[in-house]
Amino acid sequence: MAYDKFIVLKSSAVPMPIENVDTDQIIPARFLKATERKGFGDNLFRDWRYNPDNTPKKDFVLNNDTYSGKILVGGKNFGSGSSREHAAWAVYDYGFRCVISSFFADIFRNNCLNVGVLPVQVSAGFLDSIYTEIEKDPNTQIEVNLPEEKVTILSTGESEKFDINGYKKENMLNGFDDIDYLSSMKSEIEQFAATLPF
Amino acid sequence: MSKTLFDKVWDSHVVRSLEDGPDVLFIDRHLVHEVTSPVAFQGIKQRNATVLFPARTFATADHNTPTINQHLPVEDPLSANQLKALEENANSYGISHWGLGHEKNGIVHVVGPEYGITQPGATIVCGDSHTSTHGAFGAIAFGIGTSEVEMVLATQCIMQPKAKKMRINIKGELSFGVTPKDVALYIISRLTTSGATGYFVEYAGEVFEKMSMEGRMTVCNLSIEMGARGGMIAPDEKTFEYIKGREFTPKGAAWDKAMEYWKTLKTDDDAVFDKEFNFDAADIEPMITYGTNPGMGIGISKNIPNAADISGGASTYQKSLGYMDFHEGEEMIGKPVDYVFIGSCTNGRIEDFRAFASIVKGRKKADHVTAWLVPGSHKVESAIKEEGILQILEDAGFELREPGCSACLAMNDDKVPAGKYAVSTSNRNFEGRQGPGSRTLLASPYSAAAAAVTGKVTDPRDFLKNNN
Repeated sequence: MAYDKFIVLKSSAVPMPIENVDTDQIIPARFLKATERKGFGDNLFRDWRYNPDNTPKKDFVLNNDTYSGKILVGGKNFGSGSSREHAAWAVYDYGFRCVISSFFADIFRNNCLNVGVLPVQVSAGFLDSIYTEIEKDPNTQIEVNLPEEKVTILSTGESEKFDINGYKKENMLNGFDDIDYLSSMKSEIEQFAATLPF
Repeated sequence: MSKTLFDKVWDSHVVRSLEDGPDVLFIDRHLVHEVTSPVAFQGIKQRNATVLFPARTFATADHNTPTINQHLPVEDPLSANQLKALEENANSYGISHWGLGHEKNGIVHVVGPEYGITQPGATIVCGDSHTSTHGAFGAIAFGIGTSEVEMVLATQCIMQPKAKKMRINIKGELSFGVTPKDVALYIISRLTTSGATGYFVEYAGEVFEKMSMEGRMTVCNLSIEMGARGGMIAPDEKTFEYIKGREFTPKGAAWDKAMEYWKTLKTDDDAVFDKEFNFDAADIEPMITYGTNPGMGIGISKNIPNAADISGGASTYQKSLGYMDFHEGEEMIGKPVDYVFIGSCTNGRIEDFRAFASIVKGRKKADHVTAWLVPGSHKVESAIKEEGILQILEDAGFELREPGCSACLAMNDDKVPAGKYAVSTSNRNFEGRQGPGSRTLLASPYSAAAAAVTGKVTDPRDFLKNNN
């Protein structure tokens, strides 16, 4: 599915300094029953965000007006667990275009790249700096520059480079997905299949 | 150049390698279920694409299905809609569909091996992280997202960079009462829930060589719980014996030819891994988890660690214990248990039910325990009946349900209520995984059975000893 291009994102950020945030927290299984990709943002972090009677939990960061923005800053090992792409859809649908963490689970990272959410892995020290600056000023602006592969805390000027492979980078910059690429090599795939033992 | 098992299978499936990018990897077998496929099929339709090789894809309904009264219409309209969508999509693209009520229906990772869809040297994907199960046969098998499900339907390929390689060796002999589930929970507790992220794991050494195919599936299944892309074990005589004659395995001359190839599927002696771990089987005892990720496991006779003694952030650790209402230093033995669940792609096979039955035989379920016994497939269900296990279970006060993923992820009605404790043979103890507010203790079928009988966390070796 096509998504908006990602070039440079400048935004305040929502801090979530919890480690091992798993995809069951990002979107609980009972909200995976849709047959279309829409409305998942409403249930992002459902059980951390709402009480069983559907009233908002006041102490959860998404219910705190102090914090907003298109960047989610999560703790180490963000997105562990299930392969549900619904987790990445929920993050995107809620309005986040970028997740920053010091470590990502593999499948979640991959899913993000496939749906237009940029996963930015930074050092533990840089992650702490982001949290510290947001604590000082919740409106701290963070710039995520994909062409330069660089993330900067604008108030302090502190910045760090991040990694992304050239192919995925090109896709994100243009809003392309893998199927566009794979479809262009169909006859090569068919020839390859003919050589396989299975 | 020397190659690992993983190298051999991966490299033979690379259609094209992109410079500074992923490999285009050909997928031999694609398993599909109702939850992660509808949006992928929708994408195929919107692009006016088609399914390139429908015979390489197999669909079964499992995540959403009820485990009682499967002959009746599914009550939850959203679940019913997803099941219908799967059936329609499979039918319109010519894909085998083993829906609710079909004799071959069951959990996708249980039926794949049962019918010989899973084979050594194959690449297997599914929109489900526990696809790693199939690695037990020397296949490269891993979970993918829905965008990738669409890619496989449309082109039979995905685009991923090759993972780094890890080998986990366990030497020696397992102690009395220690099962493959305990081995896996032990490894995860040592590596942590993210310790293998970025790696594809090969399990090697005496412990895995001696392990049954079903045990190997349990271990490979849990690879994802330490972050690994997948896990695999080199195929051997046990593997070939298991798959021979199954519906989708090669027959006659094709079998002989396949065997010739399969026998080459092992890591070369001088091949190099990016990371290697060595453990001793003697250090492993029956395991149980006390926290909210599968890495938070300890020997069942041990006490809950102090925050100061664990790696990772103290506040995350405290949040986790707070959710469980457990405290540092407490012992696990004797903790009250309200629910017991045996089933899932981790421990829903016949050996698991044999193990469970060996403990409950001649005993009675504790009155206050609600027990859900859910076979992984109809084939498992039939074996339970044919082997006389059903009678043992019923005599002990248990009921057998119908196949499905059930309380492992609680998408259907099998939900553990808020605040209640479940000893579960499944794979994840995340917050709310088995129902909003539920508290999960992951353990082996032996430990689940012992808890079901006593109504509290119990060392299964106490019962197993008395059996001898």
